[in-house]
Amino acid sequence: MSGLAFAPPRFAVDRAALVARLRAVLPDSALLVEEEALRPYECDGLTAYRQLPLLVTLPENEAQAQAILRVCHELGAPVVPRGAATGLSGGVLPHPDGVVVSLARLKNILAIDPATRTAVVQPGVRNLAVSQAAAPYGLYYAPDPSSQIACTIGGNIAENSGGVHCLKYGLTVHNVLRVRGLTVAGEIVEFGSAAPDAPGYDLLAVVNGSEGLLVLITEATVRLTPKPELAQVALASFADVTRAGEAVAAIIAAGILPAGLEMMDKKATHAVEPFVNAGYDMDAEALLLCESDGTPEEVAEEMARMQAVLAASGATAIRVSQNEAERLKFWAGRKAAFPAVGRITPDYLCMDGTIPRHSVGRMLAAIAGMERRYGLRCANVFHAGDGNLHPLIMYDANQPGELERAQAFGAEILELSVEFGGTITGEHGVGVEKVTQMCAQFTPEELALFERLKRAFDPAGLLNPGKAIPTPARCREYRLARSAADAAPPAGEAY
Amino acid sequence: MDAILNRWCERVRAAHADSRPLSLHGSGSKAFYGQPAAGGGEPFDTREYRGIVAYAPSELVVTARCGTPLAELEAELAARGQMLACEPPHFGPGATVGGMLAAGLSGPRRMQAGAVRDFVLGVRLIDGEGRLLAFGGQVMKNVAGYDVSRLLAGSLGTLALIAEVSLKTLPVSFAELSLQLDMPQREALARLATWNAQPLPISAAAWADDCLWLRLSGAAAALTAATDRLCREAAAAGFPARVADAALANAFWQSLREQTHHFFTAARGASGQSQSLWRLALPPTAPALADGGYGLSDETLIEWGGALRWLRGGDPDAIRTAAAEAGGHATLFRGDAALRAAVGVYAPLPPALAAIHRRVKNAFDPHGVFNPGRLYPDM
Repeated sequence: MSGLAFAPPRFAVDRAALVARLRAVLPDSALLVEEEALRPYECDGLTAYRQLPLLVTLPENEAQAQAILRVCHELGAPVVPRGAATGLSGGVLPHPDGVVVSLARLKNILAIDPATRTAVVQPGVRNLAVSQAAAPYGLYYAPDPSSQIACTIGGNIAENSGGVHCLKYGLTVHNVLRVRGLTVAGEIVEFGSAAPDAPGYDLLAVVNGSEGLLVLITEATVRLTPKPELAQVALASFADVTRAGEAVAAIIAAGILPAGLEMMDKKATHAVEPFVNAGYDMDAEALLLCESDGTPEEVAEEMARMQAVLAASGATAIRVSQNEAERLKFWAGRKAAFPAVGRITPDYLCMDGTIPRHSVGRMLAAIAGMERRYGLRCANVFHAGDGNLHPLIMYDANQPGELERAQAFGAEILELSVEFGGTITGEHGVGVEKVTQMCAQFTPEELALFERLKRAFDPAGLLNPGKAIPTPARCREYRLARSAADAAPPAGEAY
Repeated sequence: MDAILNRWCERVRAAHADSRPLSLHGSGSKAFYGQPAAGGGEPFDTREYRGIVAYAPSELVVTARCGTPLAELEAELAARGQMLACEPPHFGPGATVGGMLAAGLSGPRRMQAGAVRDFVLGVRLIDGEGRLLAFGGQVMKNVAGYDVSRLLAGSLGTLALIAEVSLKTLPVSFAELSLQLDMPQREALARLATWNAQPLPISAAAWADDCLWLRLSGAAAALTAATDRLCREAAAAGFPARVADAALANAFWQSLREQTHHFFTAARGASGQSQSLWRLALPPTAPALADGGYGLSDETLIEWGGALRWLRGGDPDAIRTAAAEAGGHATLFRGDAALRAAVGVYAPLPPALAAIHRRVKNAFDPHGVFNPGRLYPDM
């Protein structure tokens, strides 16, 4: 398949010297230098971008991580922190002159305290493993990205991951109390605390979602949530997507805060139904999943309210899960949407724009128009409760030009998200994928502040360079290209 | 309205050109809070830029200009059955939205709902070189760029002039009631540690005057079930429990939020500040302060389910050490200017973190125009 180029700032690094210095501070098993050993690290979930690093390191503890950073800092080598590499934006794509620091071996849960409802974990602990370890106490870790079986807490913090329950339970930033980490120079720093706040600036808020550009995370304290006694989900069918969007607004306007509120369009349900047999209504143009959780009394009261609003909003059918097995079955389709779409197309791009909920109908109509123009299909799954849309643009990388068309399709969705007052990324991060669209969302002055903020943490600019924040030159190119496109006459008009 | 912002940008640029720092303020309701300014800052009143810019209840978002009175904003939300769930204190009738964000203080619902920073979705700000910049937005999920908006919460106006803020709103609970459980402090802390781990609809928990107050919020049916259970468990342990009169309960929570409870007013005395007031933020299970071996007073008021403890007076070093030892930190919340200058309002930062702080300040305000010294003397 055709790949895409990652063109980060380059660094003059003496590989032999780097290897020698790292060998002196690391056990053999913690350093990978041979090309075949480096190959598995060449990409993350965004496989269209691939790049071999100079070296890969696998520290077993914080002291080794600190030693690696000190060496890299001294020799001026870029550092790319890496968790499970499930990310979808190329955030852990290696730097050609740099060292990947895989945190996979820092995978211990250090403490679980039911009385404070917290867990202290290393960055390589998997998201779901936290919930599993907390389960005996009736607790769980609320943020649940769909990759939660594999993705790690360190990666979740780097991306400020969401999931299907964040309208009620918050994003990662709302569920992390403390991050311990290393500056690129190898100094230990802690942001936040086991108390509800910490003195000074709320740097913890900035570290969440910083995509590995500010600090290498070595430990985190996360908030655990008491597991609700009961959860029930209503599955509502709609004859058109606009109606479904209006139902979402009506639920919120009625003062209901669902535990989950998800939408799938017909293309998405038709992709997943043969895959998971969730029993979805195949005639519906849109399906809403609306979940209530809490005590049995609470759920009964809220579910009655939800059903009334859904019915009044024109749902053509409503089914409420009657037991936990059925609830999980209803969710299975939504959770399997990405792999299911992956089955019906050789390749797909997953977009991640967030828009104000009221513009959902307009956005879906615009996407339908883009499907025709680009000659590509697009299925839509949608965190309807918080406006986060995941259009899945299907393409075949072996067909010349399809990847480029898919990319242009995606870029147009993201720019429209910004135009609607939203954002180019709700939860997947900018990485390398959306770095150009950052120029659409932010002015050069705003991007310059981001760069200064990065330098406040990383004066040498060695942590994950080339990601998340575009260079001024890149934005100048983008703006020139855009103004040239705007100046050109619209396609199809006589000229 | 943008004429005001243009003028403000000019004024910030002029302040930097003339090396005249600015002392940003709204109504001054929280002027007591923070490090006493180094002096010389030219007062800069942000109240002329006011008003709600947009409010879409079904989007759960409100956008307001910095000078908007907090009371006005809250009344607008209440009229649509919504609220700022962090319950920020006003500390005065004129409290503004900008001041709320700059102070970053949260009220009784904080442990259940989150702090001010948790509800910030976006800002428009003027940086230290007089540039109007926008970060975040009006949507719930947004990971494009660093989260500058939340960083401003609690920055005390030292990073930027906050011009406008977008906040997540939440529906008010369908039902709410409060319980009074008469029990001594240590018993209350033990009970809270147990109940904290359970799926109970507790939206606020405080202990004062030998009484543990629990506010329950949610569906009516859930409150009935929780009330039965909590009262039964307290009574079984020999502690009288009852549902509080609604007006009395509202007055109680309001007196904590606004610090009009007699625990706080007693510290202030008749002639203004007589005793300092310390705020200790701790892991909620930290033992009673007097039991830590640092000679701290047993006269305390507890909020946030044990995570916030208030002390009147006391030895600053002992208080700071005790808080750090327990895994938290102590703030000299109210005190006369001399004491605040001498011991520092905020716990000192470790060197590596302090260095990052200074560079962050420099990234926003390289010439030190905004509120110099208000957070830490050297910033």
